[in-house]
Order: sequence, then C-alpha cells, then structure tokens
Amino acid sequence: MATLREIRRRISSVTNIQQITNAMRMVAAARFRRAQEAILAARPYAYKFDILLRHLASQMEMQKHPLLETREIKSVCIIVVTSDRGLCGSFNNNVIRRTISHIEDSYSDAEVNLICVGRKGRDYFVLRHYNIIAEHINIMRHLDYQHAVGIAAHITTLYTEKIVDHVDVVYNNFRSAILQEVLAEQLLPITPQEPEGDALFTEYLYEPTSEEIWKMIVPKHLDTQIWRILLDSNAAEQAARMTAMENATNNAEELIKELTLERNRARQTMITREISEIVGGAEALAEARG
Amino acid sequence: MFEKRFNLEVIAPQQVMYEGEVTTVRAPGVVAPFAVLAGHTPFLSLLEVGEIILRDPSPSTPLPEVEGSKPQYMAISGGILEVLRTGVTILVETAEWADEIDVSRAQSAKERAQQRLARQTPEIDVQRAEAALARALNRLRVAQHAGGFG
Repeated sequence: MATLREIRRRISSVTNIQQITNAMRMVAAARFRRAQEAILAARPYAYKFDILLRHLASQMEMQKHPLLETREIKSVCIIVVTSDRGLCGSFNNNVIRRTISHIEDSYSDAEVNLICVGRKGRDYFVLRHYNIIAEHINIMRHLDYQHAVGIAAHITTLYTEKIVDHVDVVYNNFRSAILQEVLAEQLLPITPQEPEGDALFTEYLYEPTSEEIWKMIVPKHLDTQIWRILLDSNAAEQAARMTAMENATNNAEELIKELTLERNRARQTMITREISEIVGGAEALAEARG
Repeated sequence: MFEKRFNLEVIAPQQVMYEGEVTTVRAPGVVAPFAVLAGHTPFLSLLEVGEIILRDPSPSTPLPEVEGSKPQYMAISGGILEVLRTGVTILVETAEWADEIDVSRAQSAKERAQQRLARQTPEIDVQRAEAALARALNRLRVAQHAGGFG
C-alpha cells in the first residue's frame, strides 16, 4: 500500500491536471461555438451551389469540362484533413485510419499522393514515408475562404495537367456537438447528379451562354466544397476536443475521489497504529512497574 | 399600382444576406444590368462587380440593416443569379449592404490600385489591379446610398 505522502502527492498532481483539462474544455467550447456558427452560415451557399450545378448539368447535353472527364486511375491525390493540435480524442486517428484503409481498398495499384491539411496528419504520414505533395499547417486557427481557393486551384492544376487522375478527401464531417463522422468523398472528377425530383424545373434562359456559365461555375463549385469541408472539420475538431476534455475532467474527478478515500484510509490506519503502539507501550510500562 | 411580390434569397459564402420578399431586384448581369419582376421566366445569369437593388424588401427573418420599404443597396463582387418559378436565388462571392461598407478602406484600396496601375512594371498583375480598382469604386458608389437616401 502506498504511503500517505505518496497518495497526497498524486492527489495534488491529478488536481492540477484536472484544472488544465477543464480550462482546455472551456477554450474548446468557445472555439466550438464560433466554428459551429461558421459552418451553419456556410452551408446554405454550398447547398444552393450544388443544386445549381445539378440543374445546369441536367440541361447540358455534353458536359464537356476538363474537371468532369473520367480517366483510368493511375495516380490519385488524397486530401487528408486533420487538426494541428492533439488532445481531441480519436479525431485524428479516425481520419488517418480511414485514409489508410481507403488507400488499401481503392487504390492499391495506383500511385498515391497526399495533401495534408493539419499538422497531425502531416506528422503521421511523413514518418511513414508517404508521398506528400503539399501541406497546409496552422490554417484552422484563422480559416479563410482563400485557403479553400488555394487548395482548389492546386488540385485543379494537378488534375488538368493529368498528374493525378482522381482526387478524394478524407475528413471529419460535423453532424452535431456529440457526433462527428469520418467521410471519404470524391472531389475530382466532379460527378453532377440528376436534380432531385424537381418537377418545377424547366429550361433556363442563359446569359451569357450556358457554356460560359458552366465554365465559371464548375471551378467555383470546387472552391465551395473545399471551404465547406474545412469548416466542417474545424467544427468537428472543436467538438471532439470539447468532449475529450470533458471526459478527462470527469475522469480526474473520479480519480480524485478514489484517491481521497485511499488517503483517508491510510491516515486512519496510521492513527490506529500509533494508538495501539502507545497503548501497548503504556501497558508494557505498567507491567514492568507492577 | 399593387406590384406582385416574389421570394428572393441572397447568399454569400459566409452568411445568408437576405431572405424574404421583394417586388423588384436589380442586378449587374455580365451582359447588361437587368431587373427581375415576379413571374420572370427561368433564367440564369452571371453577375459582375456591381450593385444589387432590392425594392420593397420584407425579409422573413428581420435583418437590422433592412427596414421599411426603401430600396436597399448591396455591393457585390460577382456571382450568379438564378430565377426559378419558386423564386430568385442570388449566390454572391462577397456582399455588403450599403451601410456596412468601410468607406475609408475602400478609398485606400482604390488609391493602392490606382498607384499600381499608374507605374506599370512587368511584375504587376494589371488584371488583378484593375479588378481591385473596380471593386473599390463599386463599394464607394454603393456606399453613397447608406443611411437610407436611396
């Protein structure tokens, strides 16, 4: 059994840890609120843009656009969206594991290139000698639409110059404060789906021509998709950290309770032993005299 | 005369700017500026840098910037406008209500762009400078409508 002093030391160190995790929980909660507002505000735009693209795609006979053309997959690019900092539960692990299984399942024969968003993913894949063609570290703190535009421009170039034949993204989708899900989605080639049972929909008038609108809209669609993904991942990260730190704080609380109990028991044992020693000593003295 | 109303949404990447009814919306089409009234045929147009004017706005979610039946002005830097039978949707890249425009910032952006254009060196991206100038001038023009002098 641990000595009283050891237990006391452990209690004070767990208390310190608890203070830290609790502070981190509060910081994550504040960041989470902001991140949640951002993603909720951005969704209408991404959603409408998607609908618009589908409407337009259903109207176009020949969807001739370099970003829509499907090729045999010899080389792929995967964007891995993780966080820059740890202590957020299984947030990064889930993405990394999903990325690896995704590569094994779908691209075992292809050359794989990674674009890492976030330090954690970068560190993991660098150590394991994956081919990383770009990294975006520390962009989550001050997320800007231009970041999304930059990434979109990069993969567009890779795709149109036929350096890669397919672009996927693996990220945490933000569902709610307690639920994040890891998704692997295809970014390129863009596959516009048929409009969802939109009976009201009829032919448009176009200004300028439909081809020109199409040319402008397709790359923009990529920008908005990536922007939404970055915001999704950021909100999910803060939510995951909030939950992780909440659990850590609760666990510390429990540990402190257990240790306190143990400390009291140890103290009681010591007192009992001292008393019995005193009593024993007194009796021995009495006997010696008597 | 009583004018028919229709639904309008103006959505920017970072927020929904307007959601509600109007009688007319004017927009800077790339071919020519135009106005949309109720019952317009389905239509899709690219928009350039310019101003959007909303007549008789009545937002379903009240926005502090939009009040009364005065026309409301908004500066945008390009986008796309879609007319469906159910209403009009405008997706804009950036948008500011006339009241929100930071005039001094637009002014300095204008001067910076002008300087860059004035002493043209090979490393200056003329197209970018011209686009920046157009945006700054547009903001300054729209900002004159601030305070409800529309």
